[in-house]
Amino acid sequence: MSSLKIFVPLDAAARGVGADETAREIAAEAKRRQLDIELVRNGSRGLLWLEPLVEVEVDGRRYAYGPVAAEDVAGLFAAGFTLGGAAQPHPRAHGPTEEIPYLKQQQRLTFARVGITDPRSISDYLAHEGYRGLKSALKQKPEDIVASVSASGLRGRGGAAFPAGIKWKTVLGAPGPQKYVVCNADEGDSGTFSDRMIMEGDPFVLIEGMTIAGIATGATRGYIYLRWEYPDAKRALDAAIEAAYAAHYLGENIQGSGAHFDLEVRLGAGAYICGEETSLLESLEGKRGQVRFKPPLPALAGLFGKPTVINNVITFASVPIILDRGAPYYQNFGMGRSRGTLPMQLAGNVKRGGLVEIPFGLSLRELLYEYGGGSLSGRPIRAVQVGGPLGAYLPESQFDTPLDYEAFAAIKGMLGHGGIVVFDDSVDMAAQARYAMEFCAIESCGKCTPCRIGSTRGVEVIDRLVAGPNAAEQEVLLRDLCETLTYGSLCALGGLTPYPVLSALNHFPEDFVKSTRAQASA
Amino acid sequence: MTSPVPRRVIPIKVEPPSSLRAEERTAVLDACARLKELPGALLPILHAVQGAVGFVPKDAVPLIARQLNLSIAEVHGVLSFYHYFRQHRGGRHVVHLCRAEACQALGAAALEAHAKDSLGIDFHGTTADGAVSLEPVYCLGNCALGPSLMIDTELHGRVSAQRFDALVAKTREQA
Repeated sequence: MSSLKIFVPLDAAARGVGADETAREIAAEAKRRQLDIELVRNGSRGLLWLEPLVEVEVDGRRYAYGPVAAEDVAGLFAAGFTLGGAAQPHPRAHGPTEEIPYLKQQQRLTFARVGITDPRSISDYLAHEGYRGLKSALKQKPEDIVASVSASGLRGRGGAAFPAGIKWKTVLGAPGPQKYVVCNADEGDSGTFSDRMIMEGDPFVLIEGMTIAGIATGATRGYIYLRWEYPDAKRALDAAIEAAYAAHYLGENIQGSGAHFDLEVRLGAGAYICGEETSLLESLEGKRGQVRFKPPLPALAGLFGKPTVINNVITFASVPIILDRGAPYYQNFGMGRSRGTLPMQLAGNVKRGGLVEIPFGLSLRELLYEYGGGSLSGRPIRAVQVGGPLGAYLPESQFDTPLDYEAFAAIKGMLGHGGIVVFDDSVDMAAQARYAMEFCAIESCGKCTPCRIGSTRGVEVIDRLVAGPNAAEQEVLLRDLCETLTYGSLCALGGLTPYPVLSALNHFPEDFVKSTRAQASA
Repeated sequence: MTSPVPRRVIPIKVEPPSSLRAEERTAVLDACARLKELPGALLPILHAVQGAVGFVPKDAVPLIARQLNLSIAEVHGVLSFYHYFRQHRGGRHVVHLCRAEACQALGAAALEAHAKDSLGIDFHGTTADGAVSLEPVYCLGNCALGPSLMIDTELHGRVSAQRFDALVAKTREQA
């Protein structure tokens, strides 16, 4: 047995900046030095600006180095980085990983294992409190499992924040021999990557959460609807599902309990709208991803017309710890009606981008500056888009808003899936507003007129507004169009596109005026 | 007594006419045979066809429709709805360039201009040597390390103009 463990993430974001090359070089250098090491490809710790983040485990403690490019590897060995705390000082060294403030200050419940375990190893999962939630669920009546989820205060983490317990209760109460559990892994919001990180870094927790949902509601079949843009997550999930079957955590007689749950991954094909739950169900059925009318609710008539629990990745992944530690444990975190933790994602022009799982209630400003460290470019942060492409652009004056569903709704914004995209003062907010309309036009499913046609008219009217003549008239027209989209659209795509458009117009009106635009570009 | 109406035989074409190459036809039929019993089989089949052929040829549509007992319009409707499915042959490799907000905040628009300029093509186009197609994509989930792109299934972050050129050059060397 080798005594020395070195961790290099297998996460797509880490691989995208060279983690594979770094891992290869570490293996080669260790061989050259005749050092016996065990190279573990873990999930990402979420300190993405430090990727590839290499960790060395010495005496049960892990020491972080990052970013480590392949060409840095020999130097690290020369500095004795395999000695952990006894190593020579090195510019890439960050000390013990758990002591890095960015990580230390977080409250990781859903992401407890991500970056720590080997995502491909079910024994590692079990050794780190995995499947304890399922074990507890298997001893309970379905009503009691649902009651725990309700009592935890867990709300849908996909963006709509609907209480998960109510959904589950409806499905449990719905009659029918066949019910389904569907995971929405169509994480299309720009600025978000928490689903991807869970699926790549701890796929078993999602599988466990979905299995618990099946047992709680009487559903025996589950689907993970995964976007095609996440091939690494597909690999990780497929491998984890296979391992779970082999260890009898999926299939016909789960751990000898008699419970039955089958699970498979299905790929989307590049349609943002399929993140909307009814459109996702249509797509899973093999159809165009067009939005359905509600009612009927998917909980009563969902996939193939059968009662269906449909939740986001993070929602399901938060269930095991609730069942393991109890609803009050989870419920104790948070503020107001937003209970538990939310994995926030710091993205865009930010110095320290990454995943920050914290209880609800911290202010946006603290997140941006204390965690994020301000902009990457070093210029002032001018605008922040929270909640994906349908979220509002917030100016500096709103940075003190606490991260809480209701607080964001009060300023006509939304927390959504927890994505935060930072822009510095070089941003052109009229261009961002135009892009919001353009995106809606590209991704509209075409079912309702305000979204299908209104989005294209929106691009045109913003172009005319910015061009100058009759600007006042065009602004009236744009606001009127936004009202039609808000109240006349079938789903959130058309209904919320006015959020980024109007917030840009209201908070940054100078960017829409021809004369100031001319000055800015001069 | 009236004489019986003479029976007319209406010839039914067993299979719609098609200009598919033999290997393409085999790929389509294989995908259908393997996957058509799945509930909601159409998307998995289209993925399998595109995976094997590189795109979904026009003449694959009636063949798939027939195998799944769907109308041609239904299959075409699904195929044309999803941005990922290609209806025309592309390059040997596809560069999926992210256009979404988080990458915009880090200069995605400039990278897009550089990409189009250096490849000499617009979005959905293919370079003259047939090596590379350029497609827009709306978020690759790499929003803290943008601008991002994916070449075939490999993600790349912090892509500068120089890095773009290097990645494309490396891609061109591959078969």
